[in-house]
Formats: sequence, structure tokens, C-alpha cells
Amino acid sequence: MRGKDFYKGGVGCECRFKAETQRRNSVFLHVQAGVKWWCVSGYNPAVEDPPSVKWPGLTESVIAAACSRVGQRVLHLDRRNYYAGNWASFTLNGLLSWIEEYKKSPDDQTDVEQEWREKIEEGEEVLTLNSVDSTISNLEVFTYASEEPEEEEEVKATSVGTQNSSGPDDTTPDKDDDEEHQHQEPENEQTPETQEEPENEPQPEPVPEVKKKITYAKLIKEGRRFNIDLVSKLLYSRGLLVDLLIKSNVSRYAEFKNLSRILTCRNGKIEQVPCSRADVFGSKQLSMVEKRMLMKFLTFCLDFEQHPEEFQDFSQKPFWDYLRSRSLTENLQHFVFSSIAMVDQETLTEEGLRATQHFLRCLGRYGNTPFLFPLYGLGEIPQCFCRMCAVFGGIYCLRHSVQCLVNMVKAVIDTHGQRISCSHLVVEDGYIRDEQRTRSRFSERCIYYNFSPCMQISLVTVPPLDSSSPAVRMVELSSSSMTCMPGTYLVHLTCSSVGSAREDLEPVISKLFYVPSSPGEEPAPGCEEEQKPVTLWIMFFNMRDSSGLDPSCYTLPTNVHVCTGPDASLGNDYSITLAESVFRQLLPDEEFCPPAPNPEDIIYDGDGTQTEGAAFQEAGDALGTSAAGEEEEEEPQENDQSEESSEPAASSESAAQDSTNESEVPETPPTLE
Amino acid sequence: MHGRVKVKSTAQQEEEKRKGREKKLKVYLTVRDAIFSKRSNGELDEEALQFTQQLLSSNPDFATLWNYRREILLHLETVKEEDEIQKLYEAELFFIETCLKMNPKSYGSWHHRGWVSSRLPRPDWARELSLCDRCLSLDDRNFHCWDYRRLVVKASGVPVDQELQFTDRLIGSNFSNYSSWHYRSTLLPLLHPEPGSEPASPCRKQNNTHTSPTASPQTHSHRVCEEQLLKEYELVQNAFFTDPNDQSAWFYYRWLLGRAEREELISCVYVSREGERVAVAFSKPVNALTEGLMLVLDGQQQQRVEWRSAHPRFRHSPVWLCELPPGSVSDINNEHNLTVHWMEKHTHRDCALYTGRPESWCRDSATDQELFRSELSVEKTSVLQSELQSCTQLLELEPQNKWCLLTIVLLMRALDPLGHEKETLAHFQTLKEVDPMRSSYYSDLCSKFMIENTILKMEYAEVRVFSLSDKNLSTLCHLDQLLLVTHINLSSNQLVRFPPQFSMLQCLEVLEADDNAIGNLEGLYHLPKLEEVSLKNNQISKLSDLEPLASCPRLTRLDLRGNPVTKTANIEAELAQLLPSVTDLLL
Repeated sequence: MRGKDFYKGGVGCECRFKAETQRRNSVFLHVQAGVKWWCVSGYNPAVEDPPSVKWPGLTESVIAAACSRVGQRVLHLDRRNYYAGNWASFTLNGLLSWIEEYKKSPDDQTDVEQEWREKIEEGEEVLTLNSVDSTISNLEVFTYASEEPEEEEEVKATSVGTQNSSGPDDTTPDKDDDEEHQHQEPENEQTPETQEEPENEPQPEPVPEVKKKITYAKLIKEGRRFNIDLVSKLLYSRGLLVDLLIKSNVSRYAEFKNLSRILTCRNGKIEQVPCSRADVFGSKQLSMVEKRMLMKFLTFCLDFEQHPEEFQDFSQKPFWDYLRSRSLTENLQHFVFSSIAMVDQETLTEEGLRATQHFLRCLGRYGNTPFLFPLYGLGEIPQCFCRMCAVFGGIYCLRHSVQCLVNMVKAVIDTHGQRISCSHLVVEDGYIRDEQRTRSRFSERCIYYNFSPCMQISLVTVPPLDSSSPAVRMVELSSSSMTCMPGTYLVHLTCSSVGSAREDLEPVISKLFYVPSSPGEEPAPGCEEEQKPVTLWIMFFNMRDSSGLDPSCYTLPTNVHVCTGPDASLGNDYSITLAESVFRQLLPDEEFCPPAPNPEDIIYDGDGTQTEGAAFQEAGDALGTSAAGEEEEEEPQENDQSEESSEPAASSESAAQDSTNESEVPETPPTLE
Repeated sequence: MHGRVKVKSTAQQEEEKRKGREKKLKVYLTVRDAIFSKRSNGELDEEALQFTQQLLSSNPDFATLWNYRREILLHLETVKEEDEIQKLYEAELFFIETCLKMNPKSYGSWHHRGWVSSRLPRPDWARELSLCDRCLSLDDRNFHCWDYRRLVVKASGVPVDQELQFTDRLIGSNFSNYSSWHYRSTLLPLLHPEPGSEPASPCRKQNNTHTSPTASPQTHSHRVCEEQLLKEYELVQNAFFTDPNDQSAWFYYRWLLGRAEREELISCVYVSREGERVAVAFSKPVNALTEGLMLVLDGQQQQRVEWRSAHPRFRHSPVWLCELPPGSVSDINNEHNLTVHWMEKHTHRDCALYTGRPESWCRDSATDQELFRSELSVEKTSVLQSELQSCTQLLELEPQNKWCLLTIVLLMRALDPLGHEKETLAHFQTLKEVDPMRSSYYSDLCSKFMIENTILKMEYAEVRVFSLSDKNLSTLCHLDQLLLVTHINLSSNQLVRFPPQFSMLQCLEVLEADDNAIGNLEGLYHLPKLEEVSLKNNQISKLSDLEPLASCPRLTRLDLRGNPVTKTANIEAELAQLLPSVTDLLL
């Protein structure tokens, strides 16, 4: 997307950000005079952090777009130096900066307090917001790509990132591992073909077909080709998010790819999960009878409500028990349980059936798998809604955040001590101080890349390796998803946390991937490890999942609406449902995200009729010339059938027109000058 | 409300659209009239090409315009250089592509494309093939495109295995596709022919000593070698286990199992001394008048014999009759040798009429012909057995699946028709229950199998008596196999007629068909030996229904009790007039 470069350029350039913020400050106050109410989100007010702007998380941006669409004034404030909060996508370099930032401990913030205290009017109560983003923890980074220089200059430029990448390890007990990572010898072990031409190192671009070792320097050099999401989710093709994207016409701002396959790991082997009819037909690992059993069960799941007698005995029992009671082989139980329903041991039968049904209903809408993935990463989606919000007048205040709320929120005070009035406040869970929250849970994630030959986007479900470990969900993105450089794969592993991300995920990684004992090392030829994809770089972290929290567990004023961060599930229904319910509270009488009008249908004040008339005249001229037989504009009227068939073509043409008109829509949110 | 985007109302939009449409219509009609007047003036110029292009691009189903274009192009071919013609036709192909986008199932466009491709001086078939690929990936059931693809493949000589891989791909993405399965069925015999039929087969048989367990007289012209066949069985089973209600896979499976074609031969020659008559039965219906049938009696070719089919309704019949010259075989003390030559097929059959015998025949027995297995091929028993097991397995999972039931019945027939008779009947009963819409079809099929079984039993017992009473028969078939039967009992069934084929029972003497619903006796026609007919409790209602019986010269006993016709006034007198030979009439 075109918006991409805009933010990529900014990341990691701290000085410039600071300077700009100072300048923008005054402008900001000026604009907010007429603001009716506010939507503050994705904000994290550590003053010491580089003041930064970020697109809000998915829920907040949907609410903002919905409000803006129905004519409300919306102001977006954000403090981070990247977009979308925990929904963000980063380039590799951006991610390295993010890691740096994470490691900086936010210290003194008290001096500013005096500043904003002055803004408080008498009798007003103040509610301070959290200044530290506590949603991410246990961050650890490992580099396995060969660190030998590809080009001398490259290494210098990136040396800081490389050195620091293993920094957080110091606190972990696995000292042995650390030793290995830090004290590696310069690796000379190379594939035979590279050894033959040692002098040819500075090759400009690797041809994907040639198996060339990818060095760390290479990764950094190509860093902009990466779009690494902090959350790993997919879009169910009949999920609420897709429906909303279509309904609101926001879909025109993004492109999607269909997930190409769903895999599962069973007994140490990766197998394709047969989920569609064509998959089942083509599956080599199922016997004929299994094919029938599976199809029969799936067909039943599609309309299980019609056959209550089939499952009512199990309505209070876990789905897993129910599956075992059906005529399904162990193989099939596994497929349905962990790869189709994707539920856990405690899930009750009806919920499991519903999950299976949802999965099946999503099949075939856009292809043979039920999932879509947005090109350039999941961070695109909040951005699209922000764009919609901006098109209808939402104001984006970059690199800015809020320190405290004033008195049942009639105003907020920002990090620069300014007071901004508002009628509602939507805030991300991360800003609520722990005192205001009663409980939370964590999910954890690991991002990770490697190379491997095929060009697919896959979902891999890995069942628990033993009874104490969690089930792991793995999304494997190839460069065709525009999230990583050609020749590499970006792999996200997600699970509910038991211990730290590394403790939970390392067993799975070592099972499925080759992790070099020292950077750049390659598996010994002929051994089992050689078949596995090679690991280049790993980042582990835990992210708080506050989605399970009930709104009632926050002790906050009623016009403060808390949006939780990304939830742990694969789909996005939770965030969209939340957005809609917040919107209903804010504006009970308005439609939620009605379709955006086509640009040609918009009447502009003042010159509206004139433009329309002119356009009409033009169209008339075009038809006039075609009447002379020089154009090919006719539409047959005597043949009903052909008229019908020409109908979809016409609509697709207008759709194409829409997308060209889209370029007229402001590319970036309107600036405040 | 303030700050809201104002948009045009739907009424406004509708009005704009309506006006736009009106203008387009006006232009369309103007251009159409211009084209027609040009055509009637015989103008074959580029302007006309332009005009027709203009209309066709919005309405590609205007066949007259395509015709006009072809006229123009043919004319331009005569006045232009080859390079220009190439360019012209390439532009035409490009234009047709836009029309196909408009309507991918336009008859006119596809036909025109085929025509242009064949006229093109230097055709680019690879491009055409990829166009077909693209169209079929968008809609894998576009039969226009399938047709065009065959044309392209034929013209450009695309390797058969490449096309087979193409069907693999389409079936892989969606196996509910008759076109793909059918295309496979035409490709496989070319790619993997059965070794017997084509010596230079690329596919080797594993076990040469056991290629054919029974020396079957059937030919296998469209057969596939066993190795490939086993792969196909697996492929298609994957399909019907995945979705047993998808009939395209079942149909392909039926084709795989039963492509055997019976060899064309003379299956029986029968000669009657007393009637001075010869009856010849063939393995399939033929028209003896055009097939070069020749009768040699005692070394002398009988030029003047006249062949006629068993019933005048048939031009093609499996049974043909001829009268021998009077006195040629009537002397019971003489021995005669008879040979029937079937010139077209270079085959013949001998028959000796020995001294003292009133009749004689020479024939293939239904038992050693494995006649009734031709529904399914005579594969190795082990193969069929394992197919039957697979299907039985499926039936356990899907006890109501009609396709599965039917296939099991067919497999059982092929393996051991008599041994599986009981199960077969039970399956037919289930079939009628789960698929009541086709219960008559199942009844007829079941009747057919019952008749086959009875014929087999009769053959094993070496008798000429055919008895099949109280078996719910709804139809009669395989009557050519009953050429030699003298006694037949069809009582207590659900027959409604004697079909014309019944006249093939040339040796029939006694017919019992009580307690049916017969109202039509068309098949009781020229049965030379028929003496007794019992038709108690049937539906014969009119005197005219009995007319065919008048052609049976020896009929003496007729039982019509319990038929509506007996209520007719003056029936006895009428019958006496109609059937003077009947002496023993029961009403």
C-alpha cells in the first residue's frame, strides 16, 4: 500500500520525531476547540519514550471509523512511534528499534505531573493513566543467521542491532545457550557451491532458486521487505471482520490473499489437514473409510442445530469427549479437534460444533481454505479503518498522548500538559492502571523466520507436546504475502502461556525447525535435521491478552470505554464485536459502519450540482460520438439474456472506477496545519 | 445533520441510469440498421467489420453478425497478403476474447473462434490452449470451452499424457465434473491400452500367465491396462467415499468396471426339419439384410432364401429367420449340414441336422459365454472382489446410498450371479425404498437379473423349460436367449405385455402367464409351434388385443378366464372367427 513508506521511513529516527512533536504541539490545541468528542486510543504515555504516533488497535480504529462515518468528530491520539499498538506491523529495522525501545526502562515522569496539575479546575477529580506499556513481557531475541559480512558497510550500519539482540538473555537461566550464541566463531562452514566461489561474496540480489545462505547483514539490508506483525491472526472469510470490511467499503483499501493450506503436526510429522471436499478427495493420508467418516461428520456439523439428538447427550461435556464418541478414527479426531474447530480440552460440545461449523461455512468463499491474510501484514487492517475515519473527517494527532482523565471525563490532559475537552473516551486496555483492573491473562508469541522452498501461506496447528504444554498455532507466511523477503519465511507461533514465551515455544521450534548451535551453522548433510527449515532469527515475547475481561472489572467513569488489546484467538470476531458494542453505547441510534458512498455519488457543497451537471454533459458527449458509430458503448436491449450477462461486467467496471477514484482520497490523515 | 457527507438519492441514480440506457439503446439500434443495410447491399468492407464488432462486443450472441463477419473475412482473404490476413485474424481472436469475457458461454463466439483458428495462416495453438486453461479454471463445466479444447488439442497434437494431467488437475480441484471424467475415459485407452488389443503397449502386465482367467469371447476395444485401471479405481473411490451422492464419480466407476464389449458372433443356428426353417441368433441386434448373411446347405449356397426378423417391427434384431426351399430338409432319413456365414464379420457357424432328428441347433451356452457379466467387465475375480469389499465397506457407512447399493448389485452380478441372488434381491428392495422415484427402473433391472439367473439355471439343468413365476417380474428381456425354449411359465408376476421380442421364442409350445396384468399380446406373433396359451386373470379387454394370436398356426388351447374381454357380447363367436384353430377355449 502506498501508505506504507510513509511510516516505514519514520521508524527508528528518534531525533526527528522529537523535534516534530514540539512543533506540532501548538497546532494541536488550536484545532481541538470545535471537537465534540474524542476517541483516544492506543496510547502509552511514557514521556521518556520518543513521542510517537501510532495507528490505534483494530477495535479502536473500527470505532473511530464508525463514529466518523456518521458525522461525529473524532480525535485520535497516540503515543507510540509505530502504528496500531500491539496490532502493529514492523519492518525488520522497525522491529529492532521497537525492541530497543522496549528495553529502555521508563523512569522519571513525575516532573510533568506538576505541569498538568495546574490545568485541573477546582473540584475536579483526576484519574492517572498508566505510563508503562505492560502488555509485552519476556522479550528475547536470538540471531542464527550467519553474521559474516556480506558487504562490509552493511555490517557496520547494523552492528548495534546485532550486538544488542541477545541482550535480554542475560537474565534467563539458560546460560549455556547464551554462551553458544555469544561466543560463536566466525562460521566458515558453507555449502559446497559457495565454497567454490569464495571471492564472489558481494552479490547484489540472491536469486531465489539458488540456495544461498542468507546472512544477517542481508536480512538487515532487505529489512524493508519485512512486515512483521506483533499479533498473528487470520481473517475468517465469513468472519465479522470480513463482513464489516465489505459492508463498510473499507475493503477497497486493502488486498488479501487466500491461505493456501492448513497443516498440522502429528507424531512429529507435518501433515496437510483435509478440510474442504477437494482436500479430502485428494488426501493421501486418509483411508477411503476415513474420508467418508470425516465428510459425514463435517456435513453433520454444517447444520448440527437441525440434529440435536446427535449431540444433546454431550451438551454438558467437552467437545473432545464428544469427538471420541463419534465414529471417527484417532487421526480424524485430531484433525477436527485441533485444526478445524481449534478448541481446547475444556471446550464444551456445542461450542466445538459451532467452531467447526464456522470454519466450514468459511470454506469456498474465496478459495479452498477458510482464511484470508492481508498483504503487507495484519497491521494494514487498523490502518484501513483509520483511513476511512480520516476520509470522513477524523483527526489524527501524531506522537501525542494523554496522561490523565479529568472528572468523569469531560477532558483529558495530554503529555504536554494541555487540556482537551471531550464527551467520550475510548482507551486501550494497556493504559488502564492495574488498580483499575481486576484480572488478566497472557498469551504469548514468537516471531521467527527461516527459509524453505515453497510459496505458500499456511496455518499449522501443533497439539500439545505433553500434558503440561500448550497447543501452538503457527502461521507461516511466504514472501508472496509481502511480509518477508524472497527466499525467507516468516513464521508466527502463538500459544496461551504457561511459562515464558521461550519456555513454551522452544520445544516446538526445535521439533519443527533446525536451530543452528551457532549463527550460520548448517545441519550436517544426511542427518534428519537437514530436512528441516533453517532458523535465521527468533524473537520471543509474551503479550497480555485482556480480552477475557468483563467491562465491569474496570473502575472507570461511564464515558470511558476500554478496548482490550488483541485476543488470543485466530479470528478477529472478538475485536469487531467489541467495537460494535462500544459504538452502540456511544451512539445507540446510529448505523454501525454503513457503506461508504461511491465517490461519484457524493454531492459537494456549493459546486455539487455543477460538477454533476458537467459530468453528465460529458457522458452525453461520449454517447453522442458513439451514436456516429465510432465508439463501442452500446448495450443491447433486444436480447434479455445478454443484457443480464452484461450486468456484472458493468458493475465490475464501476468497481474498477471506484478503485481509481480511491487515489483521490487523502492518502494520509489530514495534517493539522 | 452537520458534517455528514451528502450523497445522491437512489431515485437520482436510477434516473441517471435509465437515461444512460435509453441512449445506449438508440445507438445500438442505429448501428444494427446500418449493418443490415450494408449486408443487403453486399458490402464486405472493413467498416462493416467495425460496426459488427461494436455490436458484438456488447451482445456476442447475435449470430447473424458473426455470419456477416465470416463473409467479410473470407472476402478479405482473397484480396490481402498473408501477413495482413494473419494480423487480421489475430485481431479477430483478440476481439473474440473480449466477447467471451462478456459471455463465457456464447455459442457464437466459441464457434467463431474455432473457425478463425482454423483459418489462421500461422496459428498459435499454445496460446489457445492456455486460453482454454484459463476459461476452465474459471468455470470447469463450460462445455463450449471443453469442445474448443478438444479442437485445439486435435489440431496441435498435444500429447495425451499432458491432457490426462490436465484432467487430474481439474478433478483434483472439483471432482463433480462429468466433462473431466469423460475426457479421461477417452484419453486412458489411448495412453494405456490393454496389452491384448495393442501389442506395443507401454503398460506391462505383471502376470502374463493370468491375463484372462476365463477364455472369454469378449473383445476389449476400449479397455485400459490393468495397472492403470487399478489406479483409476482408487482415484474414483476417493471421490465416492468423499461424496457418495455425487453421481459423476459413480458413472465413471461404472465405465471403468464395464467397458467390455461383446464380440460380434453368431450365437446360435437352429434348424427345424418339419418347419423347413432356419433361425439364427446373433450376439447383438443386426440388420441381416445389409450384413451379408449367407446360408450354405450341404455345400450349396442358398441364394434365394429370404431373411426376415422375428417381428416386422424390427429392422435390427438379434434373431433372424428364413424359410428353406420346400423339400430341401423335409426327408427325415437325410442328414444335412448347414453353415451360416456372416460376411461382414468374417465369421460363421455350422449346424448338423442328423438323420431321424426333427430339429437341431448349434450354439454357445449362456453359461460358458459368461453372457450376463457383460454389464461389468470380466476383470480378474480378485480385482472385482476387492472392489466389492470397498463398496460394502462404504455401504456400512452409508446404508441408504443408492449409488453404492446399485454398484454392489452390479459387482455381485459380475462375480457370481446365482450365489448372490438373495442379497441382490434384498438390495433391490432397499433401493426401491430409498429411491422411490426410480422404483420402476429398479423393478425392471431386477426382472432382468432374475431372468438372467433363470436362464443360467435352465442352462445348467440342460432343459428347455423356463419357469419364473411369482418373482415380481415387471418386464421381459433377453428373449433372444430363449430361442430354444418349449415351455415357459411366467405366472403371478407384474407383466403388462408380451413385447414384440417375444416372437423370438421360435420353439415355444406352451405359454403360461396367469395372474399378471397383461393387456398386450403383440409378441405372440408367428410362433410356429405355439399350442397352448394360458392367460387367466389378466387385463385383456378387447377382442382386437387377441389378434396377434391369429398368426400362430398351431394354437389349439386358449384360457382367457378372468379377463375383461370375456364379458364382451358374442365373444365366443367372435373368437371362433378370429382364431379358428383354437378348439379348447376357456372363458
